[in-house]
Amino acid sequence: MTELNKLTLAEARDKLRAKDVTSVELTEACLSAIDGAGALNAFVHNTPELALEQAKAADARLATGDAPAMCGLPLGIKDLFCTKGVPSQAASGILEGFTPEYESTVTQNLFDAGAVMLGKLNMDEFAMGSSNETSVYGNAVSPWRRGNEETPLTPGGSSGGSASAVAADLCLAATGTDTGGSIRQPAAFTGTVGIKPTYGRCSRWGIVAFASSLDQAGPMTKSVRDAAIMLEAMCGHDPKDSTSADLAVPNFEAMLTGDIKGKKIGIPKEYHMDGMPEEIEQLWADGRAMLEAAGAEMVEISLPHTKYALPAYYVIAPAEASSNLARYDGVRFGHRATLSAGDGITEMYEKTRAEGFGSEVQRRVMVGTYVLSAGFYDAYYNRARRVRALIKKDFDDAFAAGIDAILTPATPSAAFGLGEMNDEDPVKMYLNDVFTVTVNLAGLPGISVPTGLDHQGLPLGLQLIGRPWEEGDLLNTAYALESAAGFVAKPGKWW
Amino acid sequence: MSIDKDTAARVAKLARIKVEDDALPALANEFNTILGFIEQLNEVDVDGVEPMTSVTPMRLKRREDVVTDGSQQEKVLKNAPDAREGFFAVPKVVE
Repeated sequence: MTELNKLTLAEARDKLRAKDVTSVELTEACLSAIDGAGALNAFVHNTPELALEQAKAADARLATGDAPAMCGLPLGIKDLFCTKGVPSQAASGILEGFTPEYESTVTQNLFDAGAVMLGKLNMDEFAMGSSNETSVYGNAVSPWRRGNEETPLTPGGSSGGSASAVAADLCLAATGTDTGGSIRQPAAFTGTVGIKPTYGRCSRWGIVAFASSLDQAGPMTKSVRDAAIMLEAMCGHDPKDSTSADLAVPNFEAMLTGDIKGKKIGIPKEYHMDGMPEEIEQLWADGRAMLEAAGAEMVEISLPHTKYALPAYYVIAPAEASSNLARYDGVRFGHRATLSAGDGITEMYEKTRAEGFGSEVQRRVMVGTYVLSAGFYDAYYNRARRVRALIKKDFDDAFAAGIDAILTPATPSAAFGLGEMNDEDPVKMYLNDVFTVTVNLAGLPGISVPTGLDHQGLPLGLQLIGRPWEEGDLLNTAYALESAAGFVAKPGKWW
Repeated sequence: MSIDKDTAARVAKLARIKVEDDALPALANEFNTILGFIEQLNEVDVDGVEPMTSVTPMRLKRREDVVTDGSQQEKVLKNAPDAREGFFAVPKVVE
């Protein structure tokens, strides 16, 4: 029998319903894989007892024939989600010891659908990073390596632990969150599938906020089918999030027909970046050929404000972060600095935040504070919001002209080595999100699908961008791309 | 526009993050790199464009203005670094 932790959600679901396997068996297989994978540093708070308890409950449900979509399927949960009674730190020192008294809506939805939580997953601190190197838990490590080299590689970020855990089969799937590419970039770096739905599809309630107008949760899975199954379980209207959309959630899996005949796929000319590696250009060309062979029509389009997306993002995201992170003041939860005699409340705030926040978080909070400060608000923040409106209009125009989905590379390169970017200035790291960040600014759904390997044997992904609220159609196009690419590579086990 | 050491110190103060004096020049440098990158936005013609307030056009839901939650003092205080007698405790604020 195959190792149970290597199953996809769909395979495991079918085996559970056929009574070929129990949730307890699946869960034990994952827990033992997690125990043997300390070197990946993907799981940072393990919850084996909770997992087995949930698995037993799921088996009882399955026995009665009451088996909702995710019933009995063991998942990893990104540390950004508040989970009741389980440490939820957003990989930050400032939330050391924080144990929520409540459950995030997305994890509650998953549990209501019968899912099992194996533990919490590593990530960049407050989801700020593209390499999982800003975590208070230390780096998450990719299971992939360059050929026979032993250099540890990044699984991407910020959902690095999620990507590493799914790629290494420590869980069947995981939750991620995406503010500028934090689901799609790590998925591309690890040969997994990651979808960020339309802004408003998933409730943000109980997810530690980074940039509220950009943040969305989504699944990170081993296949497009799994992404469809898990996304449907995660999303839905929530009165506790005022930006949550009151729209019916379709059966995404039922929309996976693989038929994309006559679909118009936009190829944005601005995504041919200067200095982009030939391998990425080739990957993109191959993707176009695959979709064309499946009956879709390729249409060159223009998204003229693409180049301004990253600079607009690096005003808007830090501005929102500086407001959201004001709550970490050492009063209500988490860390408080030890004070000296005579220290007042201002010293308490300043020392607590200096000790609790890592350097990237401090940098972004201060950049955000600056762009929102008197005299600069118009020049930076309002200008960035105007540019954001233009970026969204670029996409609106393309969709109005009949484009069904847009195909782009997911990342400008394959995964890099941990520490390799340390000497670069922060902007170099930010360029990782050049193809993904536009999608957050425009609030659109985007999915990363693995379609090839680079010359070092590392996975590469393509991104498909869909119309708002049309995740089902987007997933179907992704399914056609996945079927044509036939990506089956897995990392060799060294950990 | 270039950020000097004094501006960096002022921003750190506004953000309520303690930064030691000797760390300020490096911080100012980092700000300048990031702001230099952001300066590109000045090339864009934004005349007549409204700043985006909501990425998806939606009307916020309304509800009756009534109490829907409460009586959870113990849970609210559970994670506080210093809670006493049903309150959050902090250093003296008013002399």
